[in-house]
Amino acid sequence: MSAVAGQGQGQGETSPPAIELVGIDKRFGPVHANRDINLRVEKGTIHGIVGENGAGKSTLMSILYGFYQADSGMIRVAGREVNIRSSDDAIDAGIGMVHQHFMLVEPFTVLENVMLGVEGGALLTRGIAKVRGELKRLEREYALEVDPDAVVGELPVGLQQRVEILKALYRGAETLILDEPTGVLTPAEADHLFRILAQLKAQGKTVILITHKLREIMAITDAVSVMRRGEIVSTVATRETTPEQLAEAMVGRRVLLRVNKAPAHPGRELLSVENLTFRDSQGVTRLSDVSFGIRAGEIVGIAGVAGNGQSELLEVIAGIRAPSSGRIAVAGQETAGTGRALLPAELRGCGLAHVPEDRHRMGLVTAFEENENAILGYHRDPAYGGGPFLSRNAVRDDARKRIEQYDIRPPNCRLKTANFSGGNQQKIVLAREMERDPQVLLVGQPTRGVDIGAIEFIHRQLIAMRDAGKAILVVSVELDEVRALSDRILVMFDGRIVGERMPDADEQEIGLLMAGMDSKAAA
Amino acid sequence: MSSPIPAGPDRKASGDGISAATAEKPKALARPAPDKLPAWADYALLPLINVVAAFVVSGLAVLMVGANPLEAVKIMVFGALGYGEGVGFTLFYTTNFIFAGLAVAVAYHSGLFNIGAEGQAYVGGLGATFVALALDHFLPWYATVPIALVAACVFGAAWAFIPAWLQARRGSHIVITTIMFNFLANALMVWLLVNYFIQPGTMDPASRPFTEGASIPKLGGLFSLFGADLGAAPLNLCIFLALIAAVFVYVLIWRTKLGYEMRTVGLNPTAAVYAGISTSRIIIITMLISGALAGLLALNPVIGDQQRLQLNFVNGAGFVGIAVALMGRNHPVGICLAALLFGMLYQGGAELAFDMPQVSREMILVIQGLVILFAGALEHMFRPGLTRAVNMISTPQRRRMVEAGEASR
Repeated sequence: MSAVAGQGQGQGETSPPAIELVGIDKRFGPVHANRDINLRVEKGTIHGIVGENGAGKSTLMSILYGFYQADSGMIRVAGREVNIRSSDDAIDAGIGMVHQHFMLVEPFTVLENVMLGVEGGALLTRGIAKVRGELKRLEREYALEVDPDAVVGELPVGLQQRVEILKALYRGAETLILDEPTGVLTPAEADHLFRILAQLKAQGKTVILITHKLREIMAITDAVSVMRRGEIVSTVATRETTPEQLAEAMVGRRVLLRVNKAPAHPGRELLSVENLTFRDSQGVTRLSDVSFGIRAGEIVGIAGVAGNGQSELLEVIAGIRAPSSGRIAVAGQETAGTGRALLPAELRGCGLAHVPEDRHRMGLVTAFEENENAILGYHRDPAYGGGPFLSRNAVRDDARKRIEQYDIRPPNCRLKTANFSGGNQQKIVLAREMERDPQVLLVGQPTRGVDIGAIEFIHRQLIAMRDAGKAILVVSVELDEVRALSDRILVMFDGRIVGERMPDADEQEIGLLMAGMDSKAAA
Repeated sequence: MSSPIPAGPDRKASGDGISAATAEKPKALARPAPDKLPAWADYALLPLINVVAAFVVSGLAVLMVGANPLEAVKIMVFGALGYGEGVGFTLFYTTNFIFAGLAVAVAYHSGLFNIGAEGQAYVGGLGATFVALALDHFLPWYATVPIALVAACVFGAAWAFIPAWLQARRGSHIVITTIMFNFLANALMVWLLVNYFIQPGTMDPASRPFTEGASIPKLGGLFSLFGADLGAAPLNLCIFLALIAAVFVYVLIWRTKLGYEMRTVGLNPTAAVYAGISTSRIIIITMLISGALAGLLALNPVIGDQQRLQLNFVNGAGFVGIAVALMGRNHPVGICLAALLFGMLYQGGAELAFDMPQVSREMILVIQGLVILFAGALEHMFRPGLTRAVNMISTPQRRRMVEAGEASR
């Protein structure tokens, strides 16, 4: 990967920058999302933009791509001032964007997706022929192999991303914006993406890479800009900086990138899963014959590419989905197996707590006030009011206590949950689930969309839970996080556990397992 | 109306975990919701603007038929509020609309759009009638009416139960089924009235008149204490029942565990499953309560006014309830106010049709329709503009507050 860094610098003096933002300023009502942003992205370089959530990265790129208009400021593309009022204008100016969540029509083929919006007439025949020819050329030039007739929904995520890149290139993009492109990729797929980006750079294209993974920034970018609270706080050549410096610039203070923890002292087994199999309503096997155990005082991490059964595993253990077969026991009590599988409310009674992977979809009701979310799932507790009634005072007092304990900001339990930042929303969920002193804690994506400062806090809390003798199951798509937190790592692929490794195992090896390749067979 | 209706069984068996990552709406596309309106603008100013807009357009319509719109407004307002009998009728209609609005609102909090209040009220009237016919010769009104009340609730709830069950267990969309059940209720009642309730020797498909044993005291006497003459207005004790029902709905939705579960299901069904709330159970309970409230509506016209079961006694109040709930932001206080507005429209409109020869009965329907259109369907038309305007004049204090929130991230 490192071979690509360093080239393409230095032409900036002769040719105008590919993108130049001058004094961009944007407010949403009273929120100042971008303050006086000045940014030069040289042609033929890969430029990284890092920053915490809510730092204004997405807003800035949305301005560049025409989703929003800046209140003031100017955009120059290749030295020429442009007025970008919509994504069509951005495409005309040669700017393409690959979104974090793909904008693809899944039942359509690759070809149809690429053609979408530029069909070139009421009848498709001519358009199809043109796209087919063009795709061949792009494939040759950038090593972007994709079968044009494959149905997009059936492609692996890495290939779907390639379709997005092809879409942008087909529309004549000279500058490509990638928003958190590696979040859904295996390490191998990410490497392949970086090779494609390097190829793009070699062909003179410009790439803007938005990410929060400092490792990627160090590996592939030529220059990097750090954003904090709506401002660009520094822009430096990548080889002149270190991850620690970047992290400090992002947060505005020193950050611990590693998790400090003592060795685990596992006790008796608190969660046991035996031969668990789960088939969904379409009859597709999502989990097959999964068996493992977690002991008191131990964190077990599940590594795997998103969509290999981790979500289903969490939801089956938490009682949200009923297993097709197999046995689960929480703290020695069977919760699924011979009889009826217990429901989420009953499982809470057994000492199981669950921080779901997606707090917006499942963990929170974002339209609720904070205090209402602080009791979600525990609202039947008589402590919150006798009989059918819910005591507002009891609920709010309880919420206030946790806000203080977990440093949730702003400290206002009457605020609508949607108005909290991602990190604080995650803290609301964690506070709720941890405060019940569960025996077993399931945590999905503990720090997804959470800024660096809060990540540190959440990791510390999880370690503290472990040291208090709880059994913790962590599922995360961030391999680094799984390695940092876990005492043991289970790798999942295609609904099975394909290997168990210690957290200090070789990353390459875990990566191969995640991709479904047995390292021993490969060796 | 965007809250999705939770589908089918509690335990999701679908493997949607895989597509979740790709199907999620991209952040960049979802433009940030413009800042929320302050409560006073949301609950008072916006509905007012909507009503004014409706009246402006109505005024144009009145102009087109060659009448003076200002004169028309004057007649309507006087007809609704200007004298005792008008007020009596206004409040009588208001009573119906409160019940219907509450029925729609309760369902809405669970993410259900109950279009069937009309039919549920109609069938509720059947329950009340059975009790009235059976007991009015034997019991005094104060014994008959509570039993009739329960019967109206039970019948209304029963009529809502089938769509609820179909939604909860089979995923049949409640909007479709409740609309269909309105037609079924209509057919059922016509059949019953024409074949069973009709008095021998009459052409009028109605039950026999109830005796004093099944009546609800009118409020004429109460108002005369204050020097007002309600005349022939059928305003009766049911209006107090409606206000009690409003309090009940408030307590239910915001002060009970059941209400909490209902709101969770309505706002985020997936989170409800996660929280161990049975969505199908909540759907059924909600619709039973909603149907019972709609059923209560029937007491007002059937026992409170006409004292017999007649064809089509609900007369569209169930549908008006949808607009009332929408305009009242599904809050009991808002619903009572919106119901009062629609009560005025009904009564004032009737007077207008009577007093202005150019303005026909159909014209009144047009005006009422426009109010429903602006307050209901086009409810959000003026919202973005108003939000921008309000934000522009927003106080510095508010800005400081938000920035403080931002800073503490």
